[in-house]
Amino acid sequence: MSQRVRVNPITCEAHGMCAELLPERITLDEWGYPIIDGEPLPEALISHAKRAAQACPTFALLVERDGTRPR
Amino acid sequence: MTSILAASGGSAYWYLTRSTGAVALVLLTGAVALGVLDVRRFSTPRWPRFVIDTLHRNVSLLAMAFLALHILTSVLDSFAPISILDAVIPFAGSYRPFWLGLGAVSFDLLLAVTITSLLRRRFGYGTWRAIHWLTYASWPIALLHGFGTGSDVRSTWLFGLSVACLAAVLAAVLARVIAGWPQNLRVRGAALGGAGVFSLFLLLWLPGGPLGTEWARRSGTPSSLLGHSTHTKSKEGSK
Amino acid sequence: MRSPLSTQTALLERDAPTRLDVGARTLPRLLRGAGADGAPLALDDHIATHGELPLEHKRRRRETSRLIEQLERAGLRGHGGAGFPTARKLRAVAAARGRAIVVVNATEGEPASLKDRTLCQLAPHLMLDGAQLAAQALGADEVLVAVCESASASVETVAAAIDERRRLGGARLRLSTTPPGYVAGQESALVNFLSNGPALPTFTPPRPFEQGVSRRPTLVSNAETYAHIALIARHGSEWFRALGTSSQPGSALVTLSGPVANPAVYEIEHGASLGELIDAAGGPTAGVRAALLGGYAGTWIDGAHLRGVALSDEHLAAHGATLGAGVIALLSDDACPVAETARVARWLANESAGQCGPCINGLDALAATVAEIAAGSAGGDAARRVERLTQLVRRRGACGHPDGVARFVHSALATFEPEFSDHARHGRCEACARPAELPLPAHTHTSARRTAQAVAR
Repeated sequence: MSQRVRVNPITCEAHGMCAELLPERITLDEWGYPIIDGEPLPEALISHAKRAAQACPTFALLVERDGTRPR
Repeated sequence: MTSILAASGGSAYWYLTRSTGAVALVLLTGAVALGVLDVRRFSTPRWPRFVIDTLHRNVSLLAMAFLALHILTSVLDSFAPISILDAVIPFAGSYRPFWLGLGAVSFDLLLAVTITSLLRRRFGYGTWRAIHWLTYASWPIALLHGFGTGSDVRSTWLFGLSVACLAAVLAAVLARVIAGWPQNLRVRGAALGGAGVFSLFLLLWLPGGPLGTEWARRSGTPSSLLGHSTHTKSKEGSK
Repeated sequence: MRSPLSTQTALLERDAPTRLDVGARTLPRLLRGAGADGAPLALDDHIATHGELPLEHKRRRRETSRLIEQLERAGLRGHGGAGFPTARKLRAVAAARGRAIVVVNATEGEPASLKDRTLCQLAPHLMLDGAQLAAQALGADEVLVAVCESASASVETVAAAIDERRRLGGARLRLSTTPPGYVAGQESALVNFLSNGPALPTFTPPRPFEQGVSRRPTLVSNAETYAHIALIARHGSEWFRALGTSSQPGSALVTLSGPVANPAVYEIEHGASLGELIDAAGGPTAGVRAALLGGYAGTWIDGAHLRGVALSDEHLAAHGATLGAGVIALLSDDACPVAETARVARWLANESAGQCGPCINGLDALAATVAEIAAGSAGGDAARRVERLTQLVRRRGACGHPDGVARFVHSALATFEPEFSDHARHGRCEACARPAELPLPAHTHTSARRTAQAVAR
């Protein structure tokens, strides 16, 4: 059961904290919006991914298990 | 500790109330300034956004902690008749009801902001955001509370501190308004207008108000407390 | 674009009998008996042409509907553009929890497509038959028929057809008019609107099949798809598969536009030759530079290859194209492909729902850069910038709109490479001033949208 990060592009407002907290998987485009690498997260990154999701002011960043929805 | 407090007639609480109030004001000012400065625009590689954001959160919580102490010590202080209810129910007290009441109003607003922020996921982004706007009201109200209630308002250090806080918030607002000009012109205009009006109000009111004569009496200090002093340092009356 | 409501048959026997037991390998199927006078086929004539509505006998709760099995054997795929297997969609809705509801998507926001309008105005009962059959298969008691409010003729004929059908029974039919807009007909946007929200796409999951209109499991399919369901239920899956290819059986409606003698909606069998279709449409009236397949989210095919093109996804894949929503828009030699691309790209950018940063900003930048190339004011790296932008916007919106625009622009740059290079160097050409060939709505609607914002980092 792998976990991945995904962003809800509608609620995302380009605050950009996710890219600071999970640079291994998230970079920002020229307008400040996240470009997500949706590959499965290795064990070591999962806590960082969750912290990044916590830091998102609009709850746009999601950490999802394959096949299920978060929350 | 309690015997020392008893011996000094509660003046320790009185000092604590003033000092925690001042610290709370400074921390609140810091929180507001950090919040006003859009994390996105003012972050640098050495001050990444998540740091500014976390700082804002921690400073706010610290401000609430000092605010709690400020309220507790003001209630415990036996000099002024302030009850715990006066902390949340405004304008019902007997000691400078209006100016103390402003403190209660500010505290109530900040309680709402704090609770919705700590439980943000439950309340949802929309509700959280709408209530968070109340901070723009709670800060100036807190400042006015300080000017109106504080007995050291004429002392250089506290007055200077209050003015510095005002300057900090004004600077933050100005920086934010300029940085994104002319997007969202209506909100930016309203922000400038509000800041200008508030500053002008203070400029006109302070000299004849708290800095003027007999402010203690005019602000609603119970007459039983005026002119009396059981402390080495006069609290009311001659100011 | 001229109204193509004169329907045509193509490629197989032209004279289709109006009797019920029609030969399997004849066309038209969907458009049979319709269109001669431009009036919709009335209910009685519809029944005379196609037969009674074959509603199922009551079945036990857990029995899989016969219809779904039939559709599975028939291999029917959706005709809204995505080509999703219809039986699979019905199964997914049937398996979801809650009372199902059926939605007919006849909004047809694709400017170059007129097939759904044609069905609504000439053969509405076939579409409604299919919807009621699907509703019965899902145990749904309600069908919402979504038609764009600006398609007033369609609104009228569908409303009249619904009225006519009251005596038939079956699931309750309700007409719902939707606001105009390219993304308003997107599946989640339509569901959003029908749930009393705005006609804007939503973040998925949950998809409509599990939680759609009023959070009920919702079957959303294209108008034409329901029409095919209505015929499969009557004539069976073998009959359906008698036309078309093995991987894409059956017939389809296509909208052929551009420099041909008779631009119109045609019913073809999958795998038919594009060259023969053009001939059936009276032949080209000018040289054909290229053909746009699928819609404004589709792909261009160079005119030189058109004769050999077979109209099925399997064959079109070799050209990087799909049949999509059945749009075949020909571009003449006289038009300026760069100007046309720039116009359509700008329109598509403006049609963004305005909810997702990468779409708002990316499509705007894309359209602006293409316009710069058209005007000759772009820098030397403009083509590379466009390519980078098309890569940047893919899969970064809540819906497939940015992907579609990226595909369209990327394909245009590849197909019209000589013209684009020419424009980059010399600016406007003579053909730029010609009237537009690719159709766009008369006015751009404005959806609730944020203006493009570049956020300072």
